[in-house]
Amino acid sequence: MSDAHALSHASPGDNRPPLQFLVRGEHHPQNATLLGFWIYLMSDCLIFACLFATYGVLGRNYAAGPTGADLFDLPLVAINTALLLLSSITFGFAMLEMQRKRLNGTLLWLGITGLFGVAFLGVELYEFAHLIHVGAGPQRSGFLTAFFALVGTHGLHVLFGIIWLATLMVQLRRHGLIPANTRRLFCLSMFWHFLDVIWIGVFTFVYLMGVL
Amino acid sequence: MSEHHHDTHDHHHEDGPHSSFKGYMTGFLLSVVLTTIPFWLVMADVFENRNITALVILGFALIQICVHMVFFLHLNFHSEGGWNMLALIFTLVLVFITLAGSLWVMYHLNHNMMPGMMHEHNLSP
Repeated sequence: MSDAHALSHASPGDNRPPLQFLVRGEHHPQNATLLGFWIYLMSDCLIFACLFATYGVLGRNYAAGPTGADLFDLPLVAINTALLLLSSITFGFAMLEMQRKRLNGTLLWLGITGLFGVAFLGVELYEFAHLIHVGAGPQRSGFLTAFFALVGTHGLHVLFGIIWLATLMVQLRRHGLIPANTRRLFCLSMFWHFLDVIWIGVFTFVYLMGVL
Repeated sequence: MSEHHHDTHDHHHEDGPHSSFKGYMTGFLLSVVLTTIPFWLVMADVFENRNITALVILGFALIQICVHMVFFLHLNFHSEGGWNMLALIFTLVLVFITLAGSLWVMYHLNHNMMPGMMHEHNLSP
């Protein structure tokens, strides 16, 4: 589109170097990054689909061990869900601050998002430690193996999200809201909201249906 | 892509989705409601029949996933020239095949491996 625009301006006698076109067309990788990241998220979605399928198949194989109804502490899961949901909205506020070009507001909301993420991980690790302590570790039954694989993978994603968030906060402090950082924020925003979407599946399919 | 983007590098937020406070709050309030109801349904044992509860909370989860996709991930048919949506639809097809296929095949496998069923199965043509 930009090429056609430039061509229409070039008269036969004009010997302006055609290099101009390349410079003008340099805009596109920005969009490609977001689309590429989206496709990464979709492939991540397939990993979780496999883990969900594994849990769906093995979820009732208790091997005479404890069942979901014995183990799951729903109020704790509700707290975890609330923490992740709150972190989603605070990340949204960070993106709004970024749109208004306010660096400090962005950093503040990102920090709050990170704290919610850490609290989520803390609660999850407490739950895992408790399960292993009462003898319901991943080796106990097929159900618990599938459970730890699915919920653990999600927790690992949250952990990497927090590391990414902290790194990005340092980058933002150093370089400000430059286009590269804005692009990274958009990617992390997609990643974070995507994890929340996966958690909807986890709390519904694993926890709520597990205690039924 | 309109022409004026090529000159001005300040208007860069156009390359990502534009979000609004109202959009985020709508999404947040909807998800709070859509999360609370399933938890309440299960914790208060509202329905006698467990299958009904399971179906209802799965329905709520599907609606909430759509809410998150629209209000938080800003998914629509225009972003990235529709490629986002195309990739999502393709993924959903694969997810459906993975989940439905695994559950269906493994359920029947379990069913047919039951000691009592083996004999019966062999009798049928």
